[in-house]
Order: sequence, then structure tokens, then C-alpha cells
Amino acid sequence: MIIVVALVSTPALLAIPFVPDHDEQVLERLPAAANPVNHELRALRNRLNANPGQLDIAVKLAKRYIELGKAEADPRFYGYAQGVLKPWWDIPEPSSEVLLLRALILQNRHDFDSALHDLATLLHQEPTNAQAWLTQAVILQVRARYDDAQRSCIPLMELDSPLAASTCLASIGSLTGHAAKSYDFLREALKETQVTSTDQRLWSLTVLAEIASRIGRYEEADQFFSEALKFRRQDIYLLNAYADFLLDQKRPEEVIAMLSEKTRIDSLLLRVALAKQQLGDDDLPNIVTQLKARFAASRLRGENLHQGDEARFTLSLLKQPQQALQLAQANWVSQREPKDARILLEAAIAAHNPAAAQSVIEPPSLKNRIPG
Amino acid sequence: MLLRALLGFILYGCCLAVFAHKASDSYLTLMVSAGKVSGQWDIALRDLDFAISLDTNGDSAITWKELHNKHDAITSYAFTHLHISSGESPCQIKPTQYLVDNHTDGAYSVLLFDVACPRLSTEIGINYMLFFDLDPQHRGLLRVEYGGATHTAVLSPTQNNQKIVLAQVKSGTVFLQYLHEGIWHIWTGYDHILFLLSLLLPAVLYRQAARWKPAIRFRPVLIEVIKIVTAFTIAHSITLSLATLEVISLPSRWVESAIAASVILAALNNLYPLINRNLWLMAFGFGLIHGLGFANVLKDLGLPQNMLLLTLLAFNLGVELGQLAIVTGFLPFAFWLRKTQCYRKVVFTLGSVLIAMLAFIWLLERSLNLTLID
Repeated sequence: MIIVVALVSTPALLAIPFVPDHDEQVLERLPAAANPVNHELRALRNRLNANPGQLDIAVKLAKRYIELGKAEADPRFYGYAQGVLKPWWDIPEPSSEVLLLRALILQNRHDFDSALHDLATLLHQEPTNAQAWLTQAVILQVRARYDDAQRSCIPLMELDSPLAASTCLASIGSLTGHAAKSYDFLREALKETQVTSTDQRLWSLTVLAEIASRIGRYEEADQFFSEALKFRRQDIYLLNAYADFLLDQKRPEEVIAMLSEKTRIDSLLLRVALAKQQLGDDDLPNIVTQLKARFAASRLRGENLHQGDEARFTLSLLKQPQQALQLAQANWVSQREPKDARILLEAAIAAHNPAAAQSVIEPPSLKNRIPG
Repeated sequence: MLLRALLGFILYGCCLAVFAHKASDSYLTLMVSAGKVSGQWDIALRDLDFAISLDTNGDSAITWKELHNKHDAITSYAFTHLHISSGESPCQIKPTQYLVDNHTDGAYSVLLFDVACPRLSTEIGINYMLFFDLDPQHRGLLRVEYGGATHTAVLSPTQNNQKIVLAQVKSGTVFLQYLHEGIWHIWTGYDHILFLLSLLLPAVLYRQAARWKPAIRFRPVLIEVIKIVTAFTIAHSITLSLATLEVISLPSRWVESAIAASVILAALNNLYPLINRNLWLMAFGFGLIHGLGFANVLKDLGLPQNMLLLTLLAFNLGVELGQLAIVTGFLPFAFWLRKTQCYRKVVFTLGSVLIAMLAFIWLLERSLNLTLID
């Protein structure tokens, strides 16, 4: 659609182009984490270019890109994965491998309904696909469909390590009125599991830390977060969650120490800004300007994937409760995690409009929660 | 076992998108001004590296040298993935400059370019295919700026063709734009100013017994000036209109040389007067040639076909306004100084000599296609 706007101004995005001073001036650093796998990626790419239409190579390459995309929290890699899968993307009945990867890519774009549709098709074809059950459980949880989410955790017991199932169930249980019980259950399950992958352990620790912080067991939360961080695995979700915890604990210096090298990632820059706000740092206006420009750049694409963070930015840093409330409400339509509920509540209070947060106060989850 | 195979690729837990970077975008801006189209295209270095490998030495850092060495490759890659057309015929894209800019998500290569459309109509068509084969989530963020309005569109694999209709532009805006161009042209086109001055310099004098004498009263001077200016105006308006409407057409080298010659003759006529009465006839005759020169400028600016007469009128009025400003600046000054030696010796005589010399250089340059002075 063409929008005609008189004199649209996007000054922050249109800086003045320049000619660099000298030949050796570094203009851009490519994502470093891509380095070790660069070789493998290039080899796979070359093989695919030599054999276009070869599904197994394409699937392998797309998987690598999605893993990178998750680790770096970088949507470009998801785009590359989609590009690799292009020949199969629009065919009527793609193979189960393509369905799974497509669901992951759609999920990343917050196209949850399409992702769920693909996962349902895939699980119908292949009921033993653990990744599909897990992904489905995660999306259903985000959408606050806790009953369905729980049902999607159960097959994991037999398919994957029981720890995955326990983590999945505890995570949902903690949001449906059984936080303390879920916490103890998961802690036991983690203790009993000797052999498991790093990624699995990281996830369980993150879930434990988040439940602990929600039920006020801050020291334990801190321990679980610290343990998870010891793996030194790039996990943006974990960094965000721990930074939020530290901000709540009024420990802004630690947030800055942890994230100052990673501010290329927008959500982490937001946490740094909130930490600097707590410290009364002089640098804050500069960071606020940067964040404003980044949100504006995202909006130019016609996407609004990060309204939750934008609501938080608008409320805490721009101090515009009305606008923040609108963003938080829009965010709540598609995402219903605890942090989404919290920003909606905070914005509603700040805007003196408690009724706007009614759906948080009486969530559907309480009506259909599971007894026991 | 399937389970084992899967374990290598389990994305645990909260694999939801966190607000990290935006996905890949390029920023394509087209500026349509006075019928001329130019553009700026900002493309992320990361994306270019992914498509055509900028990081030649593989150290994960892209330097200006590495980028600079790839400018040809970038140009050919980028412009085979972008097609601009107007009135159903394709336009030629000519890169003019390579710059760098920092956007919120990293450094971008900035390509500046001119767009030459054989027939610029009120519609510009854009066909955009950059990176869509490699990254279907890439978007081209298009801005078209025209006559004070901005059209924006997001170009995606499913919406990669855009037709931007320029007709919504207010005719008032176009009028002012061309009026401005007209004024600007007479002020920066020294040949026209000098021609006019050469004719006006003797207006405050009169010739008696082969000598120049200062005019006594202002009124006859004013009438003389009005006659000259009006004759020049009518003459160049005629040829400007005829040439713009493509009734007559002469090669611009010929026209430009003739304009230079007209300045020489006008200046020499002050030094060795052949015509000292009815200078307006000279203004009219040479005015016809100057009008052809104005027409070439107007053609270079480009003409919106739907507003041909409006732009012609606006440009012409602009030329007259610029000319009027010169005359009102010159006349009181000349009249005030007319009795002094300074006026007759320095302004009139030396001035005419200098004008003739300068115009002679122009004549050589234009007729022989040389560059003698900057």
C-alpha cells in the first residue's frame, strides 16, 4: 500500500552519508559468532549451489541458520533459512522437515497461528517429533492456552529426556496457580538428571530462575541465573531475563557490566538504558535517542514484533503512559507471558486506567486451570 | 534412531523472538524534482557481504578499502535487481557517487544515482528484487519525494512492483518550482545577464558627434530601457515556447555559440557603435536566440507532460522576474553615475571590453567544445 504523507520526517534514520577518512577504516564488523561455523556454512552453501533443489542439504543449512538466528537473536539468519527453503516453502505438502523449519521461522516472525498450523500438520504425520511437540508447547504457553500447552508437553516424556517434559510442565504449572509446587518439582527433576545436553540444562535453569524470582525466592533465583550464565552460551533470552531480575533487585551496575558489550542487540540496549536510568547516568539521553531510532526503524518495515519492549521503553524512559498502554494492549493480543502481563498492568496504573488491564486481572487461564 | 538425530537440533525452551535487531532492509529514495529523477540507495554491508562477499580477507571486518574495491560489483549486483520505468519505458540508472552511512543496525553502502527516463510521465514504476532470493524477509523501504509530498511503500517478495503516481502533486507546487528554476537560471546564466547589461549600459547615455554624453532626463532613459527589455522578453518567449513545444529544434552547441556571439556583438556595439538608435531591434533579434537557450535548460530540467504549459509559463515568468531584478538594480545606479568619468571610462568602456573578451572565450569554448576557463 502506498501511503502519501506530506513531508514525512525520519531524521534519525537519515543521517548524513560520508566518505570514510582512510582505506583501513573499519566500517562494519560481521557477527562474530558466525565465525566458527562460517566454514561449515560456506561449504554447505557451495554444495547447495552445486546441487540446487537438494532437500537434505537445504534442510541442514536452514537448520544451521535457525540455530545461529536463535543464538544471535538475529532475524537475518531466519531470513536466510527461509531463502534456502524457498523451493519448498509454498508447495502444498512439504515434507515434515520443511514443516518444522517453516514453523520455527514463522514463530520467529510472531506468526503464531501459521506456525501452530504447520506443527499440527507435522505432528499428524509424525507424532514422534519431539521438537514439534516442544515448539508447540512453547507457542501455546505464550498464547496463554495452558491446557493445550500442557497436553503438548506430555509426549515429550517418552520422546525426549524426561527433563524436557518436566521443564515444559513446570513452566506452565508455575503460571496456572502452582508456582511453588512446579518449582520444587523441576528442581528435583534437574537434580535427578545426570546426563543431559547443555542447551536442555540451560533452559531448565532459566525456567527455575524465573519461577524463583516470581515467588520471591530471590537468592535462589540469582543462583540459578548465575549457574545458567556459567555455560557461556550466547542466549539472549537468558540475558534479558537476568537483566530484568537485576533491575528489579536494583542492581543496575551488574546489568551494565553484563551487557555493555552487547548493546547491538536492541532488547539488551533497552535493559542498559533502564539500568542507567536507575543510576542517573548522564549518558541516558543518548541511549534513549538510539532506542527511539531503532524502534522507528523497525516500524518502517511495517512490523511490530516488539511492542512489549516498546511499551516498556515508552512508559519508563519516555514517560508517556497513554502511548505505552496502547502498545502494551496491542502486545497482549498476541503475547501473554508474565512480562507481557506486567507491562500492561504497569502502563494501566500509570495511565490511571485500571480497566484497560482487566484481561490480565481475570485471565482465561484461571477459568480452565488444571486441578491438582 | 530418530530421537538421536533430533537431539542435534533441539531448540529448547523460549525460542521466541526477542527484540534484537530488525531484519534486513534497504532504503531506496527517489527524488523527482523539476522532472529530473535522482536516487539514493542505502544497502546494509552485512547483506552485501552475504550476497557478494565484501570481506575479502575474511577477518570479519569490512574496511573502506574492501568496500571500495567492490563498488563495481555492488553496482552491477544492485542495479540488476532494481528496474525503474516511466510511461512503460525503462529508465537508465547511472551511479554518481559512493558513500557510507550508519543506520541503527550497522553500516550501509550509499549509492547515489541519476535516473534517465526517455519519457518521464506522471507515473514511476519500480520493480525491486534485491536479496529476495537469499532472504525473503528482506524489505525495500521506498520513499519517493516529489513536489513536497512523500510516497512511501514497503517492497517485499509478494509486492515487488510499485507504481507511484505523481499526479497528486499540486500544480501550485510545480509552478513555484519552475518559477524558481527560471529566476535561478537567469541569475546564474551570466551570458544572459551580460547581454542585457551590454544593451543597457548605453541607455543612460546618448551619442552626439561621435561622443557619448550623459542623458539629461530620466524619463527617456526609462522608456528606452523598457523598450529593450520588452523586446528581449517577447523575443525569447516566442522561441522558448516554440522550442519547448518542439515546433523548432536547433542543436544546443549552435545555440550556445550564437548566444556567446550575441554578447560579443552587443558589447562591441558599445565600443564601435553601428546601431545607436533602436537598440530594441537588436534586443529582439538576439532575444530569439537566447530563448532557444532557455528552452534547452527547460528540457534538461524535464517537463511533466501533464503540466507542460504551466511549467513553460512558470519558467518564463521566473526568467522575467530575474531579469526585472537585474534591471531595477542596474538602472538607478547607472543613472546616478552617468555623468562621472568613472561610468563612461570604467563601467561603460572597460566593462564592454571585458564583456566582449569573456564572451569571445565562451564562443571559442562552445563552438570548439573546449574548456578554457572555469
